[in-house]
Amino acid sequence: MSELLGVPSQVLFGQLLLGLINGSFYAVLSLGLAIIFGLLNIINFAHGAQYMMGAFVAWMLLQYAGVGYWWALLAAPVVVGITGVVIERLLLARLRNADHLYGLLLTFGLALIIQGIFRNEYGVSGLPYGIPPELAGGRNLGFMFLPNYRAWVVLASLTLCLATWFVIERTRLGAYLRAATENPTLVQAFGINVPLLVTLTYGFGVALAAFAGVLAAPIYSVNPNMGADMIIVVFAVVVIGGMGSILGSIVTGFALGIVEGLTKVFYPEASSTVIFVIMILVLLVKPAGLFGRAA
Amino acid sequence: MGIRTWLLATTFAIGAMGAAEAQVAVKLGVLNDRSGVYADLSGEGSVVAAQLAVEDFKAKEKGIDVSIISADHQNKPDIGSNIARQWYDRDGVDVILDVPTSSVALAVSQITREKNKILINSGAGATDLTGKQCSPNTIHWTYDTYALGYGTGTALVKRGGDTWFFLTADYAFGHALERDTAEVVKKAGGKVLGQVRHPFPGSDFSSFLLQAQASQAKVIGLANAGGDTINAIKQASEFGIVAGGQTLAGLLVFLSDVHALGLEAAQGLVLTEAFYWDQNDGTRAWSERFAARHGGSKPTMVHAGVYAGTLHYLKAVEALKSKDTKAVLEWMRANPSEDPLFGKGEIRVDGRHVHDMYLFEVKKPSESKGPWDYYNQLSVIPAAEAFRPLDAGGCELVKKS
Repeated sequence: MSELLGVPSQVLFGQLLLGLINGSFYAVLSLGLAIIFGLLNIINFAHGAQYMMGAFVAWMLLQYAGVGYWWALLAAPVVVGITGVVIERLLLARLRNADHLYGLLLTFGLALIIQGIFRNEYGVSGLPYGIPPELAGGRNLGFMFLPNYRAWVVLASLTLCLATWFVIERTRLGAYLRAATENPTLVQAFGINVPLLVTLTYGFGVALAAFAGVLAAPIYSVNPNMGADMIIVVFAVVVIGGMGSILGSIVTGFALGIVEGLTKVFYPEASSTVIFVIMILVLLVKPAGLFGRAA
Repeated sequence: MGIRTWLLATTFAIGAMGAAEAQVAVKLGVLNDRSGVYADLSGEGSVVAAQLAVEDFKAKEKGIDVSIISADHQNKPDIGSNIARQWYDRDGVDVILDVPTSSVALAVSQITREKNKILINSGAGATDLTGKQCSPNTIHWTYDTYALGYGTGTALVKRGGDTWFFLTADYAFGHALERDTAEVVKKAGGKVLGQVRHPFPGSDFSSFLLQAQASQAKVIGLANAGGDTINAIKQASEFGIVAGGQTLAGLLVFLSDVHALGLEAAQGLVLTEAFYWDQNDGTRAWSERFAARHGGSKPTMVHAGVYAGTLHYLKAVEALKSKDTKAVLEWMRANPSEDPLFGKGEIRVDGRHVHDMYLFEVKKPSESKGPWDYYNQLSVIPAAEAFRPLDAGGCELVKKS
């Protein structure tokens, strides 16, 4: 068996692929964060809770209404996205001119409240959610066994990320959005409803989180703390990629998934810290992040 | 009548009643995780279990006035220690119950000894509680890492699982569980092929599972707990590890974990527990009452241990007509325990409560009649061999006697 750095290359390929899969979650979540930060200038600490809500809504749809995975993948982001719209209109909109810190505190508080409610209702052990039958099983790639569902996760996340990127960078709607980020007053003067744009953007960012939550439900246990565990890493990803950079957050998400995957082979104990080490290094060299522009 | 007068009047009335009927007033404190990873297997359920014990014992009629308080230690030793000190010093707590999370349990055990009170532990797993850090004031009721490793380890080697690979949570508890189980495996003639230490808590285990798969060990031992175990088992089923012929050994799996996993993912898992609700009429009847008060959830072995420990304590207080710490502890050690959940048992000089343990296998979805019908019993591990031998733990109390 050929070896690379003392590790059989088969194992290495397997780990690279797994890294890519985990990177998919990082990418979708950090994309949502980046969009929200870009337009609203708010660090959405409730993102993890909204990811968790996505998974829970999928579970509830199955449990109480018999609605399966595929419809949940559509419905859960819409439902959670609407709660996002409500939160934006009722609460965040009032903070538009306040310091960053207020938005951060508000969303952090919301995250704690949402997690607390779910914990009270459903306990902490989590709830079972099966893999959809169409995607059960897997195939042997020669170097590893790839469950079909994981392949789907990569495919779905990549498509979603690229589609989002395309809409924002290449369409008229995206142009409005980017313009509103640069100078909201001027854009409003051109007759574009900026507050509506802002509300919908927040709703969309939240929907992205919920989508990732539904994707995660069959893999991780659906429990109230699932977002809290994930969100810290995702924040690191956003910081490394550059706050507010769309493409940066996607690329960094996938890349860091791979770096983390490799660490799990060479020095597993460090796999939960490696991303933060990279974050520190990046901040030392490029304080605005890899893809960010210095203010 | 103002609220203040009313309160005063009631207090006097209760005081007068107490003087007439109760000669001894005891205060029990249930200290456990009420919001984190262990909240379902201990948490409010342990309070319910303690209340049931007080009611079943008819404490009031026997002249014992029991009050129960509870608090959340958040799995943090500093928080747990502060609460324990406050309870003993200011709130007049006589006994602390439950205390899952070994690091917190060891700290509370130390404080209990200083204050000369009693700790009846049900939720924690570390064998150190009755080993190097044993205390005359600490009783360890339900299980420990040795009993779990011994039960599951021996059984699986006997069934042909003679090569092992460990997936270990990278902290004291995980290391202890791995060490204890590895010893048992080797003693039974098995071989340990390797291990991987994963960060605690983790969420994605696919990478580690792939390494375990590549080791070609027959058994993959999961030396972790709670959410980590749940995620590892769920993902192992996804990666076709069980289908590929490797067996998963959950070294610390509670009924609540199996409930969270669902039978589809958990089926075939072999595990050791001290109690299962569907063992006999006694356990079924009690569990029914427990579920009625606890949102329909069946009790875990930790809940059962809190119940049985409380019952045994109350018996001591009744027999002695006093709550004197030293006398109660002596009585509890000198007299065998008996209750509907654990049957007969006894407390050794090192504080270890010994009773039969059971080896279970998780049912296939087709075998289960509904929610909470999860285990098939494979064998009984007799009390005499289920726990670490008295002289092997390094407890100073043993050497003296």
